[in-house]
Order: sequence, then C-alpha cells, then structure tokens
Amino acid sequence: MIDALGNPQTLLLLGGTSDIGLAVAERYLATRPLRVVLAGRPSARLDEAATRLQAKGATVEIVEFHAERTGEHREIIAKIAAAGDIDVAVVAFGLLGEQSVAEQDTEAAVTLANVNYVGAVSAGVALATVMRQAGHGTIVALSSVAGERPRRSNFVYGSTKAGMDAFYTGLADSLAGTGVRVLVVRPGFVKTKMTAHLPDAPLSTTPEAVAAAVVRGVRSGAHTIWVPGKLRLVMSALRHLPRPVFRRLPI
Amino acid sequence: MSAEQVNRMTTLSGWGRTAPTPASLVPAAADDALAALVRGAGRRGVTARGLGRSYGDAGQNAGGTVIDMTSRTRILRIDPEEGVAVVEAGISLDRLMREVIPLGWFVPVTPGTRFVTVGGAIAADIHGKNHHVHGSFSRHVREFDLLCGDGEIRTVAQGTDLFWATSGGMGLTGVVLRATVQLLPIESSRMRVDTERATDLDDLMEKLTSTDHRYMYSVAWIDCLSRGARLGRGVLTRGWHANRADLPVSQRARALEFAPNTLVSAPPFLPSGLLNRYTIAAFNEMWYRRAPRERRDEIQPLATFFHPLDGVRDWNRIYGPKGFVQYQFVVPFGAEHVLRTAVESFARAGYASFLAVLKRFGEGDHGMLSFPKPGWTLALDIPVLPGLSRLLDHLDDLVVGAGGRIYLAKDSRMRPDRLSAMYPRLAEFRAVRDKYDPDRTLTSDLARRLAL
Repeated sequence: MIDALGNPQTLLLLGGTSDIGLAVAERYLATRPLRVVLAGRPSARLDEAATRLQAKGATVEIVEFHAERTGEHREIIAKIAAAGDIDVAVVAFGLLGEQSVAEQDTEAAVTLANVNYVGAVSAGVALATVMRQAGHGTIVALSSVAGERPRRSNFVYGSTKAGMDAFYTGLADSLAGTGVRVLVVRPGFVKTKMTAHLPDAPLSTTPEAVAAAVVRGVRSGAHTIWVPGKLRLVMSALRHLPRPVFRRLPI
Repeated sequence: MSAEQVNRMTTLSGWGRTAPTPASLVPAAADDALAALVRGAGRRGVTARGLGRSYGDAGQNAGGTVIDMTSRTRILRIDPEEGVAVVEAGISLDRLMREVIPLGWFVPVTPGTRFVTVGGAIAADIHGKNHHVHGSFSRHVREFDLLCGDGEIRTVAQGTDLFWATSGGMGLTGVVLRATVQLLPIESSRMRVDTERATDLDDLMEKLTSTDHRYMYSVAWIDCLSRGARLGRGVLTRGWHANRADLPVSQRARALEFAPNTLVSAPPFLPSGLLNRYTIAAFNEMWYRRAPRERRDEIQPLATFFHPLDGVRDWNRIYGPKGFVQYQFVVPFGAEHVLRTAVESFARAGYASFLAVLKRFGEGDHGMLSFPKPGWTLALDIPVLPGLSRLLDHLDDLVVGAGGRIYLAKDSRMRPDRLSAMYPRLAEFRAVRDKYDPDRTLTSDLARRLAL
C-alpha cells in the first residue's frame, strides 16, 4: 500500500537500468526501505543496479523483461503482483534512436516504435489489469516533451512518445474511481546514459530532479508533470507556434 | 474484474481522509449470509467497517469486500439490575448511551466521540479518560460472537486466546457480531469537573502525576504550538460522574436525562490549508485563555465533558481534501524525554494541531495488539504537509527506543518494520490467525500496509 504520506512498499521498474527509474528508487530509499522489482534484459548493468539498491536498503528482485516481447508482458506482471501488490510501477524503458537513421531505415524506425510505443501500451494494459484488481497503485509513465509537438530534428522518437503519452493520459481517465492512478511525466532534456553523446540543451535536467518530481507527483496524486516545471509554459507556447516558424526553430 | 463490478465499488477512507481505496461495500445481512460471504470471499478478502472513525486504513480493503456493520444496531437484552447489555456489534455508543443512561448506567469506556460502534470498540480496544482507573474497553466485555475467517461463528469468552487476539486485533481475527458488555452505574447524566491551567509541560505533567488518582476521568489538552517558556502549556479537565446530590435541586428530577444534539455541520467542500499554524495558534491562544486558571466542581453535561467535537458533524472536513494524520503514541513512565522531544519537534516544525491531548495510562489489558500500557500517551491531529513523514518516522524511532508504541486505530503511515518492536506479542497474534484464518480471508489495507 502507499501510505497516507505517500510512502510505497513495492516499486516496479520496467526498464530496470533506466537512470530515471533507479533515481526514483533511490529517492524513496532515502527515507524508507522498499521492495524493488527490476524488470529488464539480463545484463551486468542490471545486476549492478540491483547491488546498488540493495546497499541502500532495498529488497531487490530481478525479473527478465523485454519491452518488445509483448506476448510475455501480461504473465510477467501478473506474477510480480501475485507476490505482493505493486504500489508504484515506473514505465521507464525506451530508446532514443538516431533520427538520421530512423527516418530512412524502416527497421530502425519500427524498433523505436515497438519499444517506445507498442511495448509501453502492452505494459500499460497489463499493469492496469493487476492494479485494478488490487484497487490501488500508481503507474508512472516516463513520456517526454518531445511528444508534445514532435520536431523536425527528432520526430520519430517524438512520435513514439506522443503515442505513449496519449495512451497513458487516456488510461488515467479510464481508471478514475478504481483506486489506480497514472502519472504522466514529461521531462525535457535529461542528462542520462541515453543522452550522454548529445550536446546539452536549454532547460536540461537530471535523473535526480526528475525522480524528486515523480515522488512529489505520486504523493500529491498529480496526473501530468513537466520537469523542470517551467517547461509546461514553454511547451504551451511552442504548441501554438505557426508551423513555418516552429519548423525553422533550431531545436 | 469487469467494468460492471468496478462500478459497484465504493471508495472508502478513514476519518483522516487520506489514502482512499475502493471496495465492494456490502450491508451486513443475517449471520448465515455473512458467513457465506466470508467463505466465498475472493483473493482480496473481507473486513468489517463500522462508523469509519479509525483515522487510517483499518476499515478499508482495496479491491476486496467491506461489510458495513452499521445496520446491525439492535439491543438484544439489558439487565437493569446488573447493568449488563447484550448488543449487536454495529450499535453506536451514542445509541447505547441514549438507551442505558436513563436506566442509570453508562458505557464502561468512551473515546472522544460517541460515534463508534461496539464492534469497533473491541477491535481497537479503545480507551478513554478513565483508562487509569478502568482500563480499556475489552476489560468490560464478557463475551462476543465472532465470525471467523474460516466462516465459523464462535462464542468467545473473555480469557481465551481468541478473545485477546480480537481485543485490539483491528478486525483481523473475525467480524464481531454481538457482544455482552458490563456497564458502569451512574446517578446522573452530568459530570462534576475540575479545570486547571498548566503553564508549561513540566507543570502539566506534575499536575497529572500528583493528582490523577483522585479522579475517575482525566485528560489534558496541550498547546503544541507555543514554544520557549510556554512549551507544552495546557488545560487539565478532570472529573467524576456527578451524583444526584451534586446537582442543583431543580435538576435532580431529571438527573438521568440525556439528549445531546449536533449543533452544526462542517460544509462539505473546504480547501486544504485552512488550518495552518497561524489560525491554530490563534485558536490555541483563545482556548488556553478561555479556560479558568482553576475551577472546581463545575457541573457539566456528559457530552460537553467527553465529546465536545461531536457537536460538529463531519469536523474532519475542516482539514480539506488532503486530509490529516492523527499521531498517537505511548511511552512508559521514565521516558518523559521522548514526550518533550515530540512536543518540541511539533512546535519547532510548526505542524499545527488544534487537538493535542495528553493522558496518563494505567495498567494495560491482555489484548495481544491492545495499545494502552502504563505511561504517557500523546495524541494529535496534523494536516498532511511536506516533511511530515520523515519527522514522524524519527519520532517513531524514539518511541520504539523507549519501549513505547503507536496506536494502530490512528495509524496511517507507520513503517512496517517497527511493528514487532512495538507489539512484542505479534507472533502470538499471528498464531491465532493461523489457527482460525489460515488463508487470511480477513484482511484490510492496514493489514497489508503493516504486514500484520
């Protein structure tokens, strides 16, 4: 259960090596012990993440999970929930891809769409099913401002996030009254392993800052948050720019 | 679960209105129908709910079934000679008082509200201002009928394991259906009350320690916002049931009349933040100044003395939609430093509480998870604010370190790994559940949250 002051007991990270996901776990662990389920592809990095969280007081379970193997999602998530209610699940898996490749290579584009959108939809349905039965739980969907208005330089990725964002926003509404909540998180440029090769961007943020905002959002029952918060206004303005102007912006 | 089933779910929360969850709320039917319901309960289990005065999640069962006991309110038998009442568990103490006071009897223990059920009083093993004399509620219960998790109905007498597991067991050993309660003889429905101010925490504790034994009922209101030299100032209100002879001659003919009214109702939609350190500091100042420095032998109506908040229906709404947490702990005598640290912490953090209450407990009873034990108990309401979780976790550690505990009927946020240190008889309690409810059909959000 999530208690009256927003402390969960079980956290599921789908995408167990995600920098933001792990930062969320550490944020919770700073105040209380926690059962953490790391779901991801088996890798040394996943094991290291488990060790790191254990050192901070977590009880960690590793579960093999592949975003693109949607046929397995339902069973994997049901099994995790059967061992103890999932209080907070972070949908943290995702690929950034290489825009120049993805817009010309069908296979690369489809991989991005499969992981970021199809995988997220499948996981969302599976999570909503078990949480609805449990009568409680919060799904945290790591979306992106890139999905709010896809831009020329990053539209394949942006389109997958747009779809994912729309799915989880709708899911949130469909779950009203069931005790289950969905928090859609729209960070700007986050300095993580996924973006390490890219130059810094304005209003960039860190996994820790996103994690702090997520913990606050789960606690207060928010449905959509931007990180940093200023991006909400910026994106609102950008959404209304005329196409010819938006297309020419160096973003 | 189909969409249709979801639609029949009712969202429930405790009195603090935090962490609501949906459940299928079923009115309490006849015994055999309830037994069938328990036997056929699904994976999410069943719990019983009375008037919802537990502050936290004891009367909630996310995704499962909650039995609404408030329709079972019959008085089955009253022995006016012996003062023994056999009642259905859903009856409120309010209703019971209205029936038995005119006969010259009073409930053996009453909390700060009359709007709790007898079943809830047993499940939380509630205490009142007379704890130092009369102990907690279950001490006065001779036996009860209990619908256990295995679907069997058992008559459980005081002294058995199942009785003491149920007393304070937060509804997790079974659904109390009927109870036999020993009442307390009274001559009038009035109280004879002494009121005194205490200038600081030391003065307050000294007054309680030195003279509590003279009173049947004793409690102190404590100002948790004043700091420095006035830290922990408060008002003591202590008294006895007034005898007929204590009343003015004109009132003696109607000495046992009892008809308290609800005066006002809190409006349904109040914003959070209405109660903050400034409004509450002003209230506390007024409350303290309003109390006489010392007044003896004042005759007060029962409800004024015991249940001042019952005059305001739905007073919990004044904390707004975010709700509030009630924090109540007990620490043994000798651990006054923990009490002081707690009061200091709240005053420093500015966590406003307009109802903070300090009391000395007497001997505890035998309930395995019963809360009271000899020592000091402090209870206060705190609006949900950032940083509160960390402060309360820290205070919990001090409480545990001093051999104290947190009251489960109030709790909504405790760390589960602190439970066994607070309640050393937890293993015994679990053994009783293993025997009568091995599948843990009886469960609640509280049970899940604390892994009870």
